[in-house]
Amino acid sequence: MAATAVTTAALGDAPPPRRQRLLEDERKLAFLLLLPTMLLLGLFIAYPFVRGIVLSVTDSRVGVPGDFVGLENYRRLWSDSIFRQSVYNTFLYTGVTTVFKLGLGLWLAILLNRSFRGKAFTRAFILLPFIIPTVLSTFAWKWMFDPTFSVLNWLLYRLGAITGRINWLGDPDLAMISIMVVNIWRGVPFFAISLLAGLQTISPELSEAAAIDGARPWKRFWYVTWPLLLPVTMVVVLFSVIQTFADFQIVYVMTGGGPANATHLFATYAYQIGVGTGLLSQGAAISLAMFPILFLIVVVQLLYIRRVEVR
Amino acid sequence: MIEGARWKRWVFFYLPMAFFLLFLLFPFYWMVITAIRPDGELYRPWNSINYNPFWTTQPTWDHVRGLLEETLFATWMWNTMFIAMASTVISLVCGVFAGYALARLNFPFAGGLGTGIFITYLVPQTLLFIPLAEIIRNYSLGDTPWALILTYPTFLIPFCTWLMMGYFKAVPKELEECARIDGASRWQAMLYIIIPVAIPGILSAGIFAFTLSWNEFIYALVFLSSPDQKTVPVGVTSELIRGDVFFWGQLMAGALLGSIPVAIAYSFFVEHYVSGLTGSVKG
Repeated sequence: MAATAVTTAALGDAPPPRRQRLLEDERKLAFLLLLPTMLLLGLFIAYPFVRGIVLSVTDSRVGVPGDFVGLENYRRLWSDSIFRQSVYNTFLYTGVTTVFKLGLGLWLAILLNRSFRGKAFTRAFILLPFIIPTVLSTFAWKWMFDPTFSVLNWLLYRLGAITGRINWLGDPDLAMISIMVVNIWRGVPFFAISLLAGLQTISPELSEAAAIDGARPWKRFWYVTWPLLLPVTMVVVLFSVIQTFADFQIVYVMTGGGPANATHLFATYAYQIGVGTGLLSQGAAISLAMFPILFLIVVVQLLYIRRVEVR
Repeated sequence: MIEGARWKRWVFFYLPMAFFLLFLLFPFYWMVITAIRPDGELYRPWNSINYNPFWTTQPTWDHVRGLLEETLFATWMWNTMFIAMASTVISLVCGVFAGYALARLNFPFAGGLGTGIFITYLVPQTLLFIPLAEIIRNYSLGDTPWALILTYPTFLIPFCTWLMMGYFKAVPKELEECARIDGASRWQAMLYIIIPVAIPGILSAGIFAFTLSWNEFIYALVFLSSPDQKTVPVGVTSELIRGDVFFWGQLMAGALLGSIPVAIAYSFFVEHYVSGLTGSVKG
């Protein structure tokens, strides 16, 4: 069958039309297939990136084009105490939540890796915090942390832990803790499900062999499971760190950066300055200040991942 | 099955599992109970006597009715649905094409382009929203659904491309070669042989992209301004709070109803969603 098709194609047919020849050329086909992607990414990622840099060295506001001012915007940020607070907050927020998300996520993944009744059901429900729109679920948390009607206060009061009310979002430190709790709540399912997928690729025979050799459960985990899980863990941490570092929604809904600008992150402060007060160039500079740090995180992690893969 | 003594099972499995389930699912229970609780019960201080926050004896539909009748909630749902669908379709088409080219075709700079697309995957929306808002305004796309339909693919395409590359690489080359020997052009071989085999991947990418665009917030917040153009997350945040007053019943009803489309899409395709999620991580 195949042979006849080839012979008729080779002998009988006229050369294919131009359009078809174009699609037969691997390079031209590749170019055509990649064109829409390149166009969209170029127009809405590469161009705004360049535009953002240009914007950050001018003094433009909404409706006012502005003049070139050099690094004035960055210099001003350097001496801005709210910006410094935001930088500190972002690092604290990213560091603390990542540790908790990794720890709790790994724990949950190990629990889910056993077989038990209702496992598929449990796994499906556990992902809910991750798939439900973050802004919407954060409102549930805001309501739970409400100073006057907080269910948490009620619970702690009934348990005898407190006598007066706790103003969760009104105190700078407690507000920071509250937004971290929400971020951890949202991130644990992502870590758990991704790490579970990693765990399932590890053959249980390895652990069993170690068990026969007399290794205790903790040692089996530390010397067998953990090293094999490390590549997946690194990628999951990379994604999560970038998302958390650039987080906006949770803080915007929970505190709006307050009380007294104590819980701003890069993104929320950039929004407040760039959109709230209309100082476009200053806002663009705050956003772009994230870039070197994000870039460093990506490079370090990509190098690490490549090293693990080569080994 | 879980082995060991009964107390061990409780300490090492059931109790931690119960803790996780409570922590992860309680906020949703809290949304439901708030959405159906009458105002008189909602706004009682936490330390008043006889206060029981965990259930209500007089469930009410008032908040849901108020949400649908007094606010533009239904419009926001339509807007979000349209925007999420359109940007998902655009991203899938682009992602499938780009993924095929990167996985199957030989051309200069293929490796560099692949890495470039992967890097854009790691660009957070909050990095570019201010210059992008200016660009959107210059193209007079501001305050139209197209502002979002055209920008959402920037964070969906990289992920779709990456996922589809994995799927295409797993399809044996011989399958395509057979079709080519039978006289199919490259284009036909891709369209009729390779893409049908990769349907599960396309489904995973589509579900994941749909939930991501439904959840997107900052672009929608910055690019849209009139109340009747807004998406659900932005509408709920900006329109259901009047002045400084939070209407918690309506807010929670809005949060619940606004989550239903993603929850439905998710519940039908849990396996595809999970493989999309983990596929995006494994790369």
